Amino acid sequence: MDIVKLTIDDKTLVVEKGTTLLEAAKTIGINIPSLCYMKLEDLNFENKPGGCRVCVVEVEGRRNLAPACKTVCEEGMKVQTHTVRVVNARRTVMELILSDHPAECLTCAKSGECDLQSVAQKLGIREIHYQGEQSHYKSDKSPAIIRDMDKCIMCRRCETVCNEVQTVGVLSAINRGFEAVVAPAFEMDLDHSTCTYCGQCVAVCPTGALTERDYTWKVIEALVDPTKTVVVQTAPAVRAALGESFGMEPGTLVTGKMVTALRKLGFDYVFDTDFAADLTIMEEGAEILDRLSKHLSGDKEVKLPILTSCCPGWVNFLEHNFADMKDIPSTAKSPQQMFGAIAKSYFAQKLGIKREDMVVVSVMPCLAKKYECTREEFSVNGDPDVNMSISTRELAQLIRNANLDFKQLADEDFDNPMGASTGASVIFGTTGGVIEAAVRTAYELYTKNELKKVDFEELRGMEGIRQATVDFDGLPINIGIAHGLGNARKLLEDIKAGKSTFHAIEIMACPGGCIGGGGQPYHHGNVEVLKKRQKAIYREDAGKAIRKSHENPFIIKLYEEFLGAPLSNLSHELLHTHYFDRKKKIEI
Amino acid sequence: MASVKIPDTKVEELKAICQKFRNDGSELINVLHGAQELFGYLPPEVQEIVADELNVSLAHVYGVVTFYSFFSMLPKGKHPISICMGTACYVRGAEKVLDEFKKLLKVKVGETTPDGKYSLSCLRCVGACGLAPVVTIGERVYGRVAAGDVKKILGEY
Repeated sequence: MDIVKLTIDDKTLVVEKGTTLLEAAKTIGINIPSLCYMKLEDLNFENKPGGCRVCVVEVEGRRNLAPACKTVCEEGMKVQTHTVRVVNARRTVMELILSDHPAECLTCAKSGECDLQSVAQKLGIREIHYQGEQSHYKSDKSPAIIRDMDKCIMCRRCETVCNEVQTVGVLSAINRGFEAVVAPAFEMDLDHSTCTYCGQCVAVCPTGALTERDYTWKVIEALVDPTKTVVVQTAPAVRAALGESFGMEPGTLVTGKMVTALRKLGFDYVFDTDFAADLTIMEEGAEILDRLSKHLSGDKEVKLPILTSCCPGWVNFLEHNFADMKDIPSTAKSPQQMFGAIAKSYFAQKLGIKREDMVVVSVMPCLAKKYECTREEFSVNGDPDVNMSISTRELAQLIRNANLDFKQLADEDFDNPMGASTGASVIFGTTGGVIEAAVRTAYELYTKNELKKVDFEELRGMEGIRQATVDFDGLPINIGIAHGLGNARKLLEDIKAGKSTFHAIEIMACPGGCIGGGGQPYHHGNVEVLKKRQKAIYREDAGKAIRKSHENPFIIKLYEEFLGAPLSNLSHELLHTHYFDRKKKIEI
Repeated sequence: MASVKIPDTKVEELKAICQKFRNDGSELINVLHGAQELFGYLPPEVQEIVADELNVSLAHVYGVVTFYSFFSMLPKGKHPISICMGTACYVRGAEKVLDEFKKLLKVKVGETTPDGKYSLSCLRCVGACGLAPVVTIGERVYGRVAAGDVKKILGEY
């Protein structure tokens, strides 16, 4: 390893060659303020256009100040990070950026989480000495994401994540100079573009330029409507991240407090999407075995590998870019939609109410779920199975609105029957979890033997593409896992080229899976936060009494009382779907 | 994919331009130059074909098209008029010349006259600063143009 020696603020240090000043300074505890820069270690995301110039430092012997995010350490370099000249330059840069930024902090959705705001505070900006024209763009309100480009500071993080990590390619900087803005082609709205609503642009946006479509008020309206029975479901990744919104350590599990909070908010039934995840495994597992046994008996028509279908961002990606492969994913609906379909049939019947009188709210780590629940095929006579989906952040906002002291809440349990779940369903929240859950069930159904060790370490981790072979008592099952749509694209292209040797593949649109979803509390570029959430998910799984979906007693009961068996006619009607060719037409 | 309104033969010519540059995404600007030469401008359908052929995102193509003032998404007039707004031309009165063109043609910069005869645009330095202010119409270059000359120049077309 080549190394270089330099001094930063009179401290001598040795770093690997190629390290930037920003990273080098961090190793000795100096956090140089930065704005456009963001790096997500291990997730193939590094945005350093060197555009904002907030991170400038003084390098001895150089006439101009150097941006620390783009300047590589050199032997013998002498760097000062907070001279008067540096501080003044940073303040000037910030004032210029702020001179073209709406001063709407008090009512901005991003207030308190805004990187621009925190840098302005850090630099103590109290007055903006530059007045001039402000840029204005049309606002764009898709069902999931709102673009308010007046608040954009052209850091290009969204563009980098959309193009390089997700390979969705919807966003690009367009026009030049004062007119420049990040937008889809022909400045069309997101819902006319091939946007998957994965929400990763929102997850990295430093300001309020990209935010989620907020449905909290709609939830409150439903809660105060005496004619409605309001049912809530919470996705597995929410409980591993919600605590962060209340200052708790990342990776703190807050399942019980979350349930209590939801009950106090006034939901009539607090249920768990995990229940529906177990149901997904029943259906998807049966489908995997069905396709596999057909394949083994020589059926050439059967489609393999089978792809998981829980992730709506990924389903959108497939429909936009690989529509010719739309018969490959499992036809099983996502847990969110399975929950809605069962709540408004089985559970509504149990309560003796009409489905129209039930409102199903989902709490998701995801923004694509907001779009998914509006899809036409997921409604009956115009009544959606899931009425609205809010993000983890929106739930935190509802809890704050209600003035609940979240940290002090007691732990309570979910309601039955749709609150019971297994460890298998919890791990849906992280990359590799869905396929591990499916393997736990498929193994026992296929071999008729008990699975002694339920932990499949080989399927876990953070690498973008992982593969493992699981032994089904002599039958090797090849499994692929991809998270992040760029990684998914690679596996899909292999399938297209006939090179794929996998039997089953799990795909999650967001890096890390749902724990890194676009609706989670902001990570501000710290990947450790995602890793801690992942650990929490596996901890919750390990602590569950039942860890295989097919052993969930309420799932067994649901099949006995209502559905019959996996892949039955009623199961097909309620729990399965199909995919569409959605190659977008240009609409300007 | 947008319904392609451009004739098939032109589509093939466009694809041939892409192939000339090995369908290489890093040759996007060269391909767009060729495409604009072929069509006179770069309508959405053309950009879509280029994006598909070079395997780059449509947003990226559009970003490049809107960044460079040479590229246009509007059809050019039969006689495209460009007024140089480079420093030398500007200080020697290019803006007055531009205003005169706008007044006589009744169009704004970037527009084409309704009869399709003239289109008006600005550019930055044609490398003939000694002749400032410079106006080009099609391939022809006019030097030391004054506002008073504009009517006469238009009269040539």
